[in-house]
Amino acid sequence: MSAATHQQFRYEPVFVGKRKEELDELLTRYPTKMAALLPALWIVQEERGWVPAEGMAEVAHLLELTPAYVKGVVTFYTMYHQHPVAKHFIQVCTTSPCNVCGAEDVVNALLKHTGCEELGVNSADGKYCVIEVECLGACGFNTPLMVNERFIESVTVDSVPALLASLG
Amino acid sequence: MGFPHTPHERETLVLSEYFGVREAISLAGYKQRGGYAALDKALRMEPAEIVQIVKDSGLRGRGGAGFPTGMKWSFMKPGDGKPHYLCCNADESEPGTFKDREIMRWTPHALVEGCAIAAYAIGAEVAYVYIRGEYTEALDRMNAACKEAYAAGILGANAMGTGKTVHVYVHKGAGAYICGEETALMNSLEGRRGNPRIKPPFPAVSGLFNQPTTINNVETLVAVNHILIKGAEWYRTFGRVDNPKSTGTKLFSVCGNIARPGNYEVAMGFPFKDFLYDLCGGPLPGREFKAIIPGGISVPIQTRAEAENSPMDYEGFVANGTMLGSGGVIVIDDAQNLVKQIARAARFFAHESCAQCTQCREGTAWTTKILERIVAGDGTHEDLDTLMEIADNMTGKTICVLSDSCATPVVSGLTKFRDDFEALIKRKKVHMVPAQVA
Ligand SMILES: Cc1cc2nc3c(=O)[nH]c(=O)nc-3n(C[C@H](O)[C@H](O)[C@H](O)COP(=O)(O)O)c2cc1C
Ligand code: SF4
Ligand code: FES
Repeated sequence: MSAATHQQFRYEPVFVGKRKEELDELLTRYPTKMAALLPALWIVQEERGWVPAEGMAEVAHLLELTPAYVKGVVTFYTMYHQHPVAKHFIQVCTTSPCNVCGAEDVVNALLKHTGCEELGVNSADGKYCVIEVECLGACGFNTPLMVNERFIESVTVDSVPALLASLG
Repeated sequence: MGFPHTPHERETLVLSEYFGVREAISLAGYKQRGGYAALDKALRMEPAEIVQIVKDSGLRGRGGAGFPTGMKWSFMKPGDGKPHYLCCNADESEPGTFKDREIMRWTPHALVEGCAIAAYAIGAEVAYVYIRGEYTEALDRMNAACKEAYAAGILGANAMGTGKTVHVYVHKGAGAYICGEETALMNSLEGRRGNPRIKPPFPAVSGLFNQPTTINNVETLVAVNHILIKGAEWYRTFGRVDNPKSTGTKLFSVCGNIARPGNYEVAMGFPFKDFLYDLCGGPLPGREFKAIIPGGISVPIQTRAEAENSPMDYEGFVANGTMLGSGGVIVIDDAQNLVKQIARAARFFAHESCAQCTQCREGTAWTTKILERIVAGDGTHEDLDTLMEIADNMTGKTICVLSDSCATPVVSGLTKFRDDFEALIKRKKVHMVPAQVA
């Protein structure tokens, strides 16, 4: 492997500069280091878009935990991405209250207009991925969905094309 | 749909008075409207006096179980030499419920204030507000409110100039319904997987970081602000005259097949029939209500007749075959396949089970599988008996009540709407006979 390729794959630490200061401030809030685990993982995901194994190792080191422990926690929670996700990762609620208001039709419209062949599989251009999720806590706003970290309410079959256009 | 809606004249706006009022979001706007007067008053009282007022008010937990708040606080023993903690449960993941979200979006300072008062009353210097990760806007508003409150000296080592220490920290969840269960929330806050703990010990003895802890729902804590200013007697004026056990006002989130979904605040005991038809506008054009789940998906399903007969309070719902729960009203009309929706609810619980208990892990999965088979037209009459048997095995036998919650819509559905299940099974027979003849 040439030096250049090696360089390309080297993991740049997340917790430097401002991000390190942020973590240090977080640590003052709790009596244990472990309690800063969820917030620290959020910082990794904000910086990288997902939580790579190296990120887990970095967090483990800083909080005096083992990487295996951190991985065990990451896998419990649905919001940490263990793989890079599509540019627009669309999560639609289809739990009963939204389901009776036509959430499945919204899902189908999203699949159709993004060109995604199935749920959970990226579109051919790698731009979109659509998944069903459980209650987003916005059951009166049918249909609610999240695009990455952005919450969007009251999506209908008819509003899907405009919504996708606005994402860019 | 217009959120928040223009309040109906029969609503009683206490907690939701400033929903939709942009100016009330900031510290300056909140203070102009009387904000932080309750905390200022509380910090100059003895903690025991505050606990007594909350006891006298009759306030009960708004997170689902309805436990008397003052009594819960009195389990904490100030001066025992241990650090105490307050957890505010803002995980709000019970399908049908979206009231805490609106409190945090429109009046984040009201929650900071309620947390600070409760923390002081139970002898805690630190309160954590555990907010579900999906609530990005609520998280932003709560973080901004805490920042403003610290800068203004409302929080910190000399809270409001009284020399008392009160910290309020926002903690962001990461997607797991089970973290709304109080001990799972504590594990999650500690940096662990969100598995519920075996009780006892109860949180007041050994909770967060193994220290005495009180956990309360967002709406419960915000109600305390008003009780401290206007008094316990005032709070007790809301409710049915013949039922002193349910007092105050309650936020109800309304969703599903109904004309005007949204959040509504009414006095305890309000007639559910008027609520559904008058405030919420009744069914959609040309449809009729078929089934109603008034307290989030974990409570028993009501028939329309049961619902129309219910006073909206803890006892009123129990007397009519269900529970008040979290106040998340889910309306299902006659155009829906009810069994499909019960199957979808079961799938929710199967997805959210933390898998520690066999009855829950296996039971939620089997229930989902059988129900989905029935919906697909491949069910048998035997399946209905099996469902009841599994539900029985899932009830009262596990570490937390998620398992019971999965059984609830199945049992109430099968008991009250058996014809819907039978119809799906019969359809299959009709379909099978010609095939066999051929
Ligand atoms: C599976 C499960 C999920 C729960 N989810 C929530 C929730 O999202 N929000 C909440 O306030 N309480 C929830 N609860 C109830 C809490 O365990 C706890 O009773 C409540 O937060 C106490 O506050 P309160 O006394 O103010 O109601 C849940 C309980 C269970 C068993
Ligand atoms: S009942 Fe279910 S969710 Fe609750 S602790 Fe047991 S397995 Fe976990
Ligand atoms: S059921 Fe869809 S947001 Fe609650």
